[in-house]
Amino acid sequence: MEAFQPDPRLFGRPADDLDARYYRRMRFIRRFEEKLLQLFEEGILAGTTHCSIGQEADAVAVMAHLEPGDHAFSNHRCHGHYLARTGDALGLYAEIMGKDAGVCRGIGGSQHICAPGFKSNGIQGGIVPTAAGIAWAQKLSKSNDVSVVFIGDGTLGEGAVYETLNIAQLWSLPLWIVLEDNGWSQSTPLAANFAGDMRMRFEAFGLPVSEIESTDVKAIDEVVAADVARVRETRTPHVTILHTYRLCNHSKSSDARPEEEVKARWATEPLVIHAPRLDGGAREAIDADVESALDEVIEHARALP
Amino acid sequence: MIYSRALNEALHRALGEDARVVVLGEDISDPYGGAFKVSRGLTTAFPDRVKTTPVSEQAIAGISAGLALGGYRPIAEVMFGDFLSLCFDQLLNHITKYHAMYAGQVTCPVMFRAPMGGHRGYGPTHSQSIEKHFLGIPHLRVVAASPYHEPYDAFADFLAKDDPVLFVEHKLLYPKHITAPTDGRVGELLASHAGSEGVLPSVCLSLVPREECALTIVAYGYEALLAASVVEKLGMEDELFCELVVPAQIAPVDFAPIDASVSATRRLLTVEEGTAGWSWGDRVAASIQRSHFGRLAKPVEVLASQPTVIPGARRLEQEMLVGAHHIEQKIREALS
Repeated sequence: MEAFQPDPRLFGRPADDLDARYYRRMRFIRRFEEKLLQLFEEGILAGTTHCSIGQEADAVAVMAHLEPGDHAFSNHRCHGHYLARTGDALGLYAEIMGKDAGVCRGIGGSQHICAPGFKSNGIQGGIVPTAAGIAWAQKLSKSNDVSVVFIGDGTLGEGAVYETLNIAQLWSLPLWIVLEDNGWSQSTPLAANFAGDMRMRFEAFGLPVSEIESTDVKAIDEVVAADVARVRETRTPHVTILHTYRLCNHSKSSDARPEEEVKARWATEPLVIHAPRLDGGAREAIDADVESALDEVIEHARALP
Repeated sequence: MIYSRALNEALHRALGEDARVVVLGEDISDPYGGAFKVSRGLTTAFPDRVKTTPVSEQAIAGISAGLALGGYRPIAEVMFGDFLSLCFDQLLNHITKYHAMYAGQVTCPVMFRAPMGGHRGYGPTHSQSIEKHFLGIPHLRVVAASPYHEPYDAFADFLAKDDPVLFVEHKLLYPKHITAPTDGRVGELLASHAGSEGVLPSVCLSLVPREECALTIVAYGYEALLAASVVEKLGMEDELFCELVVPAQIAPVDFAPIDASVSATRRLLTVEEGTAGWSWGDRVAASIQRSHFGRLAKPVEVLASQPTVIPGARRLEQEMLVGAHHIEQKIREALS
């Protein structure tokens, strides 16, 4: 099978500077999901979907440091991770539209996506031991690849996570756990779900932890670049905690979070933070690129059988 | 050779012949070699690919899934089959889903080995035959150890195909000698293999040719051993002749050998050690009554254990679980 070639208007070109590439990819994910929510409102999509608006910097920074042989396992909120890993807008739109050209031929839908080096599943926690198994397979095959798994703060309620933390450390597996703590587990705030200290939950198993509270893609980039390099070199597990915020609802319908809280967070979302690093003209050109490319993809996807 | 020894040799052989095979489970390290000693010697012979795990069934199942997605062939030992409940999410929502929900892009061939069964006084949570809860999960094959099937064949079948397998091993088979059919016989009984292409064959056992049998019995695992003893006894002592069909794969069911036998006998009794209700036998009965509608001499009889907990006390357990005396009574009723 030929490797998928992402549209440079969405994914950038090798010659682009890092600021421009990161802005473009975050803008791509943001607009992909905003347009997806519009398609839901239009009534042409069935089921539900979990968007990651506000968390784009995590996906873009983490995926920028993965090699083709690495494996990323994502969760219900997987669009950003998938798009940052592959750049495949058409495959994902078509999938969510239930088209045969979808990346899983319409069977997986929004939460169950698969591509070379990427998978997602909609059950909380269960993907963590699976990612550890992939890490063990990488270790048995004596490769330099790493297995990264994305979890959220809500997933810290699942027992399978802790069974896996113990084994990953005990067996020295090249497992990289990226925890996106967006403060809300669907409609329940962290404080109502979570006892004790997040970092210490991992450190209790002897796992090294990095932690950053930021929506700045460059600050996150610095942390995750060092973390993935460490996993790759030492072949041991690592945890990266990214404290972030979800600006959209958990899924399609309102999750009843305080409006003022959400509104305040729009002032520090990843695009607002990163955009000033580009001059106005460059930014507008990227925005126009993303807009035209996504509109073409949607038009194409709509016409598919 | 006794079953547990043959199983142990089969695991050694699978690991030796196929570099994709990985074995993991609780307490399987040498010198202990697993709660039933089936994994003895494996960590010594294959230290990289055989690992004893913490008491973490969800992780055992999930890590197996990841290994399989990564190109390996994990065989997970679940210490007691009862503990499979802790693996259920991985089996239902992960392992059996991946191939189909990703539109065939990946396979997830995991084998779970699960010691099941009672008659040993282990009580409510270490004696069950809970395989009925796993029957009918789409894309899962369930295979049962039997005294008439070489265990390596189940591994070879798993390694040749790409789907996940639950291998159910009744504990009481471990010390029993394997008596696979040789020269058309198992002891006093006539024996033959039957089944559809590509499915592990069933073994058909009877004292006299099928045409002279008045009842088909279908049973798997340890209950097959009990049923065979009753078939032999009733044939010898009372000239009540039955044919026993012993499948290896119990889900999906290969109906061909059962159909062929029932076509001759026009009567069917199913036997299993799991509890009655929503059971394997219920499923077999429904299909056979549909396919043989109007030609059966009697409705299909389903014999299963009482739908309650398995008592610790041996005298109570003997009443609750299907034993040889229950099978004999059912056969006599069916042929009366």
